[in-house]
Amino acid sequence: MQFKITYPIRLREFLVEIGDISYFALRYFKEIFKSPYETSELLKQCYVIGNKSLLLVGVTGFILGLVFTLQSRPTLLEFGAASWMPSMVSISIVREIGPVVIALICAGKIGSGIGAELGSMRVTEQIDAMEVSGTNPFKYLVITRITATTLMLPLLVIFGDAIALIGSSLVEYSKGSVSFILYFNKVIDALSFGDILPATIKTFFFGFVIGLIGCYKGYHCKKGTLGVGEASNSAVVYASMLLFIVDFIAVFISDIFFEI
Amino acid sequence: METTTNISPVLEIKNLYKSFGDHQVLNGFNLSLYPGENVVVMGKSGSGKSVMIKCLVGLMKASSGSIKIRDKDITALGQKELDFLRTEIGFLFQGSALYDSMTVRENLEFPLRRHRDKLRFRESTKDLVHEALENVGLLDAIDLMPVELSGGMKRRVALARALILKPTIMLYDEPTTGLDPITAKEIIQLMRNIQNTYGTSSLIITHDVDCARVISNRIILLVDGINYAEGTYSELSSSEDPKIKMFFK
Repeated sequence: MQFKITYPIRLREFLVEIGDISYFALRYFKEIFKSPYETSELLKQCYVIGNKSLLLVGVTGFILGLVFTLQSRPTLLEFGAASWMPSMVSISIVREIGPVVIALICAGKIGSGIGAELGSMRVTEQIDAMEVSGTNPFKYLVITRITATTLMLPLLVIFGDAIALIGSSLVEYSKGSVSFILYFNKVIDALSFGDILPATIKTFFFGFVIGLIGCYKGYHCKKGTLGVGEASNSAVVYASMLLFIVDFIAVFISDIFFEI
Repeated sequence: METTTNISPVLEIKNLYKSFGDHQVLNGFNLSLYPGENVVVMGKSGSGKSVMIKCLVGLMKASSGSIKIRDKDITALGQKELDFLRTEIGFLFQGSALYDSMTVRENLEFPLRRHRDKLRFRESTKDLVHEALENVGLLDAIDLMPVELSGGMKRRVALARALILKPTIMLYDEPTTGLDPITAKEIIQLMRNIQNTYGTSSLIITHDVDCARVISNRIILLVDGINYAEGTYSELSSSEDPKIKMFFK
């Protein structure tokens, strides 16, 4: 009996939230081109989001390449196709695994960080103080962060992919005596324009989603420390979920244009 | 302070209503603040004081009623005009609301980023920051982070930040809450000094009877979202009305 009452309310809340997020995104596009521009804050956020995530992305990418090659190697050997290893690893990593895994890692680190930062600013009235001082907090806090994640995520993914391929080449060097030069020659031969471009374009959308959800959750944080934790946590959950939806749409569209 | 009808108020609230769903918080609140005057609004927790002060600066939208600051109805202003009008108002938040990621200097410079040129300040940013910090006696703390400051110091820095744009109206939301009695007295003294130095008009929301006694020219008691009583401290503190007596026990 209770299900009948609670389910529609939850569904309504969910739909209202989707509407609010869409309005938040619309406001971003409406205000991003209007002056004044918060350039120095944008550069600071690019540094914070990009530079400070390098180590995590690098380690993740390295282990990803290493493990992926180690796991795939026995199967390829069984079919006598070990020479296909560089092509298989590079295409898998560049097209799909690299962008998705690194975006998920960034949703955890960057999305939750933004959610917690803006959430704590909301509950301690810092956002109100900004507004009262005649500065538009949406421009200063939200636009800069969403733009920075949108710009930095593709760079982080390219960096992560490169490190993953280095990890993979190390396994090939130690287990199959394949030189680094040969490995990367095969990688370059295997990758085409249709592999790199769609994968890179979708990472801009991944970055946008991570920034948007982190900012939305933090900016609309409910009162109290519980609200900050909730904002941070739901920023990761929502962003991760949305990343898969965006990935599905991106793959679907690139399939039409690039015939995967 | 004598308030005559021929002087127009710097701030005027008429029939202010605000509700959250079915819960009516403000029920036709009225207030006039005249130049150089200190008005204290007292009320129980949840009586709508903070909601009222947030409606005043446009942080919340009133359900109905008019709010005029220097004869401009803030409910009818566009964002740019409202931002410019906000430079006339200094707001001291209950929890100080200093920006955690910035030093004291950067906290004070922040409001100047957009409005320094518009307000045609002749002094450099550095001079304005130094002057504001000197007025609250915290010039030594200029390069500290908010986390390194005590509660009283944070309140002083927040006061300096509120004053940096040289506002004509000061709004204080519970200025002494959470402070020990000695620091609270220092803050009250500072508020008086500020009024003498800058000639501001002040609207103070407080539970602190001592603060109301020292600083107020007029006190408004807010009960159930409406003006219940109004008068000087001595008039209200000697009242026999049980609801008024409750505040001055």
